[in-house]
Amino acid sequence: MSLAAAAPARTRATTVRPSREDVAMRLGVVAVAAVLLAIVGLPLWALLAKGFEDRDGHFVGLANYMAYFSTPALLNSALNSFEVAAVSTLVVVPLAFVYAYALTRAVLPARRLFQGISLIPIFAPSLLPGIALIYLFGTQGFFKALVGGQIYGMKGIVIAQIFYCFPHAVLILTTALRTADARLYEAADALGASKLRVFLTVTLPGAKYGVVSAAMVVFTLVITDFGVAKVIGGNFNVLATDVYKQVIGQQNFSMGAVVGMVLLFPAALAFTVDRLVQRRQVALLTARAVPLVPKPKFARDAFFTVFCVAVSIGILAILGVAAWGSLIKYWPYNLSLTWANYRFETFDANGWDSYFNSVRMALGAAVFGTILTFVGAWLIEKTRGFGAMRGLVQLLAFLPMAVPGLVLGLGYIFFFNAPANPLNFLYATMAILMINTVGHFYTVGHLTATTALKQIDPEFEAVSTSLKVPMWRTFLRVTVPICLPVILDIAIYLFVNAMTTVSSVIFLYAPDTKLASVAALNIEEAGTTAAAAALCIVIVITSAAVKALHLVADRFLFDRLQRWRQR
Amino acid sequence: MTFLEVRNLTKRFGDFTALRDVSLDVAENEFVCFLGPSGCGKTTLLRAIAGLEPQTSGTIRQKGRDVSSLPPARRDFGIVFQSYALFPNLSVADNVGYGLASRRHKRAAVAARVAELLALVGMPDAGPKYPAQLSGGQQQRVALARALATSPGLLLLDEPLSALDARVRLRLRHEIKALQRRLGVTTIMVTHDQEEALTMADRIVVMNHGVIEQVGTPQEIYRAPATAFVADFVGSMNFLTGTLEAADRVRLGAVTLACPPQDGLAVGAAVRACVRPEDVRVRDLPADAPNRLTVEVTDLDFVGAFCRATLRAGDIGLVADFSSNLVRDLGVVAGGRLDVALPPDRLRIFAA
Repeated sequence: MSLAAAAPARTRATTVRPSREDVAMRLGVVAVAAVLLAIVGLPLWALLAKGFEDRDGHFVGLANYMAYFSTPALLNSALNSFEVAAVSTLVVVPLAFVYAYALTRAVLPARRLFQGISLIPIFAPSLLPGIALIYLFGTQGFFKALVGGQIYGMKGIVIAQIFYCFPHAVLILTTALRTADARLYEAADALGASKLRVFLTVTLPGAKYGVVSAAMVVFTLVITDFGVAKVIGGNFNVLATDVYKQVIGQQNFSMGAVVGMVLLFPAALAFTVDRLVQRRQVALLTARAVPLVPKPKFARDAFFTVFCVAVSIGILAILGVAAWGSLIKYWPYNLSLTWANYRFETFDANGWDSYFNSVRMALGAAVFGTILTFVGAWLIEKTRGFGAMRGLVQLLAFLPMAVPGLVLGLGYIFFFNAPANPLNFLYATMAILMINTVGHFYTVGHLTATTALKQIDPEFEAVSTSLKVPMWRTFLRVTVPICLPVILDIAIYLFVNAMTTVSSVIFLYAPDTKLASVAALNIEEAGTTAAAAALCIVIVITSAAVKALHLVADRFLFDRLQRWRQR
Repeated sequence: MTFLEVRNLTKRFGDFTALRDVSLDVAENEFVCFLGPSGCGKTTLLRAIAGLEPQTSGTIRQKGRDVSSLPPARRDFGIVFQSYALFPNLSVADNVGYGLASRRHKRAAVAARVAELLALVGMPDAGPKYPAQLSGGQQQRVALARALATSPGLLLLDEPLSALDARVRLRLRHEIKALQRRLGVTTIMVTHDQEEALTMADRIVVMNHGVIEQVGTPQEIYRAPATAFVADFVGSMNFLTGTLEAADRVRLGAVTLACPPQDGLAVGAAVRACVRPEDVRVRDLPADAPNRLTVEVTDLDFVGAFCRATLRAGDIGLVADFSSNLVRDLGVVAGGRLDVALPPDRLRIFAA
């Protein structure tokens, strides 16, 4: 050893030659970056640029923004949006917190049923609660006296948004409340802490990041949602409907872009707050934590059961009214039942085609989107070196979460419809609807895939390399089979969102590629509420059926396919 | 013959230097252990040798070939991790044959080789099982078989036994060592467990703070630690502070002890004299035994096979391990007095 130690230190830096495989994977990362740039980055850039142009495409600096902020009606919409979002958040989060608390910390009869009911709104387009409220409290509504005859406007939007946002908040809060260490509660009990003190010092701190996250998600959902405000907003203007009016109504694309940017701001802000807060979250649940299993306690369980029943009835009532309304001949004068409202060809030129378009679009988005997200996340995780490019992809993958669908859709018009764009041929095709949907919902799939990949032993690739097995082979033989449940989750998520989304695709459909959710909106606009309700119900049934199929497959099929998971 | 030649290897992670100018030779068929506390750079060195964590500078030659800048796929090694890293969705046979199947071997040949390897690690019937159905020790055996399947020239073991319980660990130590001897594969194992290193290695590389403290056979490391760190890290050790009175005499307070002659240290230098607890002699002391002391037994802890005694002689405090027989025969009790000797050739002197 002494001889080696005596040798003069050489400082020649080592540069490792990337293997052919490294090169291939880096090219893959570049390809994913290019795709994300095309489906997210550049459309947004096009939108940003459009805001500085006049109707003829000349650069006019901040003139559009000046015009916007000096138009009281437009500025008023921004304040309205903010108010609606704030009020909805203040109602939904506490409601969802109690519901999630009941699901995780009380012993409920039929807990799974309550959990399932809370998720129902996810399967519906956002105009469904609006339609149901019109049936109940609208000018022809049964209970219109209850709300003083005026459901249109802020009141209606907030109620519909509560229905629409509730499942998202419950999902986040259930996760936050489920990760509890029973030992903390035992320690607090042993120290003689009061119930209130335990709640304030153990439960709430453990869930506070979840609460912030839920609040930010709900706020963003409300401020960016278009369907509810469109259906039940009446003369109450919000940012989302302004974008629509500027673009579709007045064909003023530049002003649409400006409103889009204004809409982007609060959404991006909420997203940033959420990210910053999440970063401070440390793992509360160590490997040695003892999961908290609630013990039966009559008074508490009875209270929460009553609460959950009440909320569930509310959710089911809204869904039920929409379903019932869709089967009624002429609300409210002739309540006899009919299938006539499901003959869509009598209300819309596309008839049932729009429904099949939706299914095709959703299938395409689910298949291609899942492949892109999962392969993309894998490339980011497993490519050696190449940090800057991977960082760029990571950023682009996060971007869609902060971007409202309407804004992205608008960006698509500017980017893909530009004659100079070689991707111009995609405009007004089914493909662009799929691409847009994948881009719009990219972030959640990416996060899900990344989380799953991080949970896999990082040494798998090292072992494969030492055995001279190519990465792609390990990807197909090991990574994909292990992640199969997660891959399906991503696909289902994309499918359901593709079925229900309105906001981003409203600018992009062509006459022959109209989607069911958009058709429902058009039909409603034309005054045929019952047929719109019928189309919404068809969407709910389809997405819920796919989800149910997924659960059944998970339960039975994977028991066999994933035999290796059993000990 | 030198199989692996590591020269002036440095690895930096940002501002942190994980390896500082490390050089090392490993002979063919040798079993070498990298031993050190966590964060000493032993795993970094192993991963650099594999190419998984390329060094910042320096060279690595394997069998005369410069592999310094080669990606791991083009180096010749098999690796076993602490986590086993077995593919959970593949059967044991598919795991072991993973590196074979992709090399376009005939199916029958792969099956035969898999059977051979499973027999080698003592699990001939485990082929159709899945990793989750195996115990930790069995999983580690499968991981070993998988790493050996492609007959690599170099076997790298990254803390392979740390995740196992004590009893299994002891058995696997012997099995791995015997297997390595039988196959003659050059092996490097990373461990923080000194006992593991002492029982398994042909040579031990003791590392600390990104540098090599000492390389030697287990006996050399234990008997003649080159630095105070090695003396402290491997085995138990008494550290007695004093000054070097002459080249072969060290003064500890009121006591002067004879020691092996020190040429590296100046007379009068502050030093630490080290002696292992089991080297404190009690039985059959001649009247003129060198370094003879009369000590008071201040404490006597029963440890099982032996007793650990805390001794005091004036300013000197030290611990000694006495066999249970010795304690019984000589009637050693806490509070009693005892004559002991610290054999000069068992004394190690380090600069303080």
